[in-house]
Amino acid sequence: MRLICPNCGERDVREFYYAGFAAALDRPAEDAGVEVWDDYLHNRDNPAGEARDLWYHESGCSAWVVVRRDTASHAVLAAELACDVKAGGA
Amino acid sequence: MRIEGAGLINRDKPIGFSFDGRPYQGFEGDTLASALLAHDIRLVGRSFKYHRPRGIMTAGSEEPNGLVTVGLEAGQEPNVRATTAELYEGLLARSQNRWPSLNWDLLSLNDLAAPFLGAGFYYKTFMWPRAFWERVYEPVIRRAAGLGALSGKPDNDRNERGFAHCDLLIIGAGPTGLMAAWMAAKSGADVIICEEDTRTGGRLNAETFEVGGKPGHQWARAITARLSAMDNVRVMTRTSVTGAYDQGTYGALERLAPDVAKRKGAPDEAFWRIVAKRSILAAGALERPIAFQNNDRPGIMMAGAVRAYINRWRVSPGRSVAVFGNNDGAHQTVADLQAAGVHVSALIDARHHASCDLEVPFFPGAMVCNAHGRKGLEAITIRQASGSEKIQADCLAISGGWNPTLHLSCHMGGRPEWNPDVQAFLPVEGMVPGMRAAGACRGKFSTRACLEDGAQTARNVLEDLGIRPARVVIPKAGDNAFDISPLWAVPGRGRAWVDFQNDVTVKDIKQAATENFRSVEHMKRYTTQGMAPDQGKNSNVVALAVLAEATGQGIPETGTTTFRPPFVPVPIATMGAGGSGKGFAPQRYMTSHKASVARGAPMIEVGLWYRPSYFPLKGETTWRQSCDREVNMVRQAVGVADVSTLGKIDIQGKDAGAFLDFVYTNNFSTLKTGRVRYGLMLREDGHVMDDGTTARLGDRHYLLTTTTAAAGDVMRHLEFAHQCLQPQMDVRMISVTEQWAQFAVAGPKARDLLNDLLNEPVGDESWPFMSCGEVAIGGVQARLFRISFSGEQGYELAVPARFGNSLFRVLLDRAEAMGGGPYGMEALNILRIEKGFITHAEIDGRVTAFDLGMGRMVSAKKDCIGKAASMRPGLMDEARGQLIGLKPVGAVKELTAGAHLFAEGDEAVRVNSQGYISSAGFSPTLGHFMGMGFLQRGRARHGEVVRMVDHLRELQALCEVIDPVLFDPEGGRVRG
Repeated sequence: MRLICPNCGERDVREFYYAGFAAALDRPAEDAGVEVWDDYLHNRDNPAGEARDLWYHESGCSAWVVVRRDTASHAVLAAELACDVKAGGA
Repeated sequence: MRIEGAGLINRDKPIGFSFDGRPYQGFEGDTLASALLAHDIRLVGRSFKYHRPRGIMTAGSEEPNGLVTVGLEAGQEPNVRATTAELYEGLLARSQNRWPSLNWDLLSLNDLAAPFLGAGFYYKTFMWPRAFWERVYEPVIRRAAGLGALSGKPDNDRNERGFAHCDLLIIGAGPTGLMAAWMAAKSGADVIICEEDTRTGGRLNAETFEVGGKPGHQWARAITARLSAMDNVRVMTRTSVTGAYDQGTYGALERLAPDVAKRKGAPDEAFWRIVAKRSILAAGALERPIAFQNNDRPGIMMAGAVRAYINRWRVSPGRSVAVFGNNDGAHQTVADLQAAGVHVSALIDARHHASCDLEVPFFPGAMVCNAHGRKGLEAITIRQASGSEKIQADCLAISGGWNPTLHLSCHMGGRPEWNPDVQAFLPVEGMVPGMRAAGACRGKFSTRACLEDGAQTARNVLEDLGIRPARVVIPKAGDNAFDISPLWAVPGRGRAWVDFQNDVTVKDIKQAATENFRSVEHMKRYTTQGMAPDQGKNSNVVALAVLAEATGQGIPETGTTTFRPPFVPVPIATMGAGGSGKGFAPQRYMTSHKASVARGAPMIEVGLWYRPSYFPLKGETTWRQSCDREVNMVRQAVGVADVSTLGKIDIQGKDAGAFLDFVYTNNFSTLKTGRVRYGLMLREDGHVMDDGTTARLGDRHYLLTTTTAAAGDVMRHLEFAHQCLQPQMDVRMISVTEQWAQFAVAGPKARDLLNDLLNEPVGDESWPFMSCGEVAIGGVQARLFRISFSGEQGYELAVPARFGNSLFRVLLDRAEAMGGGPYGMEALNILRIEKGFITHAEIDGRVTAFDLGMGRMVSAKKDCIGKAASMRPGLMDEARGQLIGLKPVGAVKELTAGAHLFAEGDEAVRVNSQGYISSAGFSPTLGHFMGMGFLQRGRARHGEVVRMVDHLRELQALCEVIDPVLFDPEGGRVRG
């Protein structure tokens, strides 16, 4: 598989470290409560279709990247730097 | 029998080889199959199940019968297809699945028992008793049925992996592929063209067709030469594309030419990953047989293969050849045989409307219904309206039509569609994204149509890629219409083979249908049709046609089974090239490595690093002697250890302090410049991730250390915390682990040693415990940290890595002059256990700050990663294992890591376990064994006696629960 790194372009998947769904970006406040924290830490959807993943370009530029891809077709749709996603969303 | 004429072999270069121990000679350009046929060797193997005599059937990678073992001992390779094995001097080939010999095979008795051995026989017969399944039935069946075997010895093949990228990958270099490559290459696209065969041309090498007014193979050679000369083209012969994967990735197996593979350092085989923006599948088509009674006799071959042997290799597979078909290919075969001077005894054309202008006994509307001659064909029986007739023939060429080689197009789950005009399945556009099929592979069966389709498909691909197609001229070539009347199996008695490699007959398929295995996927698994190494390349379509007839469904409704990678067998050793032994794993050496090895220190692996275990002195015979001495040396004088492997992360920026507050449980923004603090890092789920010291080198500058093993994880974690959680923080970080060589100098004489070296001496007050700063040694700027992992007066001195080797040697010289010396990992471990310091033996990922007794390090004043989750009631439960120390109090004095802890009276079973020992060792300082571990409510149980049971080493000991800090609990020595 090949992924897009916004800094480096299309690269082999072996340069990246996979870190699960991009839901990890939405860290709750310290006092959000047990259920919100439980959800953040443990509960993930398992979509057949479009998914947003976090990948770390570990053997490349060290960027954390949010990759949109289709879990059914394996198509890689788009990629954005995690810090940009975070800045845009905040 | 070799016949006159040039062909594509080089008669000036004879090549010696052996088959089943006998020497033979072939020519350059021969395959093992063509060379064997040239010597009239028709019997080459025994069949999988019935041990029936079998001969060469095809001239390509689809060969089901001609499987041989090549080479000897560790180098032996089983199941090599004789039809693709290039002949080389000294090649040793042996037949398979026969005992004691190919001619005299005892298990051919299976053939007599055939009425009982049909589809489902094993399932129905070997059911009882159950105990026999693995001990009796399986070994016996495995012995009887099978193909070649591996040597069982370590593989000594030289393999390689390769990676390639291109705009356009063309799979197959027949007329279609070559024309497509020419069009794409002239237009400037970056092209790779892969061809299984040793030369390009495809069917043009096997036929007498002309292209552009000259023999087809000459046209192929000329255009290939022009392609090879272009910078944007890579022609890869001997390369089978084996699989189509996501995002235009293709696997390919390259077998290097024997003379190239012989060169020093060259591999035998290479497995390629080719990433292509687009691909054209121009893999051609495979001829299919027709099933009739005893159609597996040696000497019965595909008509296209007979033409290939005649035209390309100038070998006639027989002296009197009969030809049987349902399309015009049969007539072409007769013409080629006659042109080569070979006698043709009959042309049997199943089409009633067929006519023939050749001088040959012609039987339109007839069928071959039986074959005679056990170890080689002697005669056939044909049936026509007027009755049956026996005809002499030692070779029968058959053509049941052509199946497009569409396998790769199905590798991503797509299904082909049935086309009644050519009586074959054809690929559908879009089955593999970015791939288009062209030529015979999509039912274009004339040379002219292939050339046109290759050029047009390339043009379409170029337009997709935004490249302007160049003008190319399509050469003149034959354009005959394809005329076929479907014929799959000749009706009649006896066994008619469908799958030659797995011994599946028409009867077996009908049996499957009768027993309600009516879906093509069920039939396949019940009969094993298509499950041999050839994956049913010549049997699939015939099998499903027979099934369709038996079930009364049509062929399109029956459909095909699923084609999966690889298209041809790929040795695991080739796919995994470079992965055995250490492979490409880096070896990380400290700057002190050579000096340590020179002192005889055994090096142990810590992650990718190599660290010295201990430094043996003369007279020391066990590691314990060295370790005990080194511990005493540090406690009484001074020791030096290379600690460069600890991860060092340089962190700078306006928000560096705030960032560290976020990733550590405790505060670092309050740390003063020139000071060092111990930090505890949690995962977001509240468990301890790592620990280490962090020094503040300047207002906006920190240096964080990690444990050796977790350096990479921590780096990734910090980048995550910054980029994904706190991108607004103005902070940057980089690993400087390899830029600095760092040495621990520990012991009562540590300061004296340093002051001997440093330009400006350090005092106890001027450099108190947990301080840091810049120092100079000679002309070198260094960093000094007053920290200790041994509990002694301790310093860590860091210099740029290029000075590491010389500093280590200087430190050792000074230390030895003071009664000290180097110490290794074993002593380092004992020293820290004596002090109750934790490592990843304790923080194994399941442990919390609370468990370690460090709950108060989780600051209440601020948020940090892992804080919220660490407050969960389950992680604060007093019943959890808590860090404790242990010392033996019973008769057995040894403690072992991994042992479990039980209440004294409890039975030592899992449910009674109250904890475990994480680290243990002998303390020369205290004079007894000691341990660290986790015990339920352990902090409240100091003084209690528990029983340690090590089930693995069968060791039991009574021990007292004590504080984990065993030595110098007040910490006076470290501040001394």
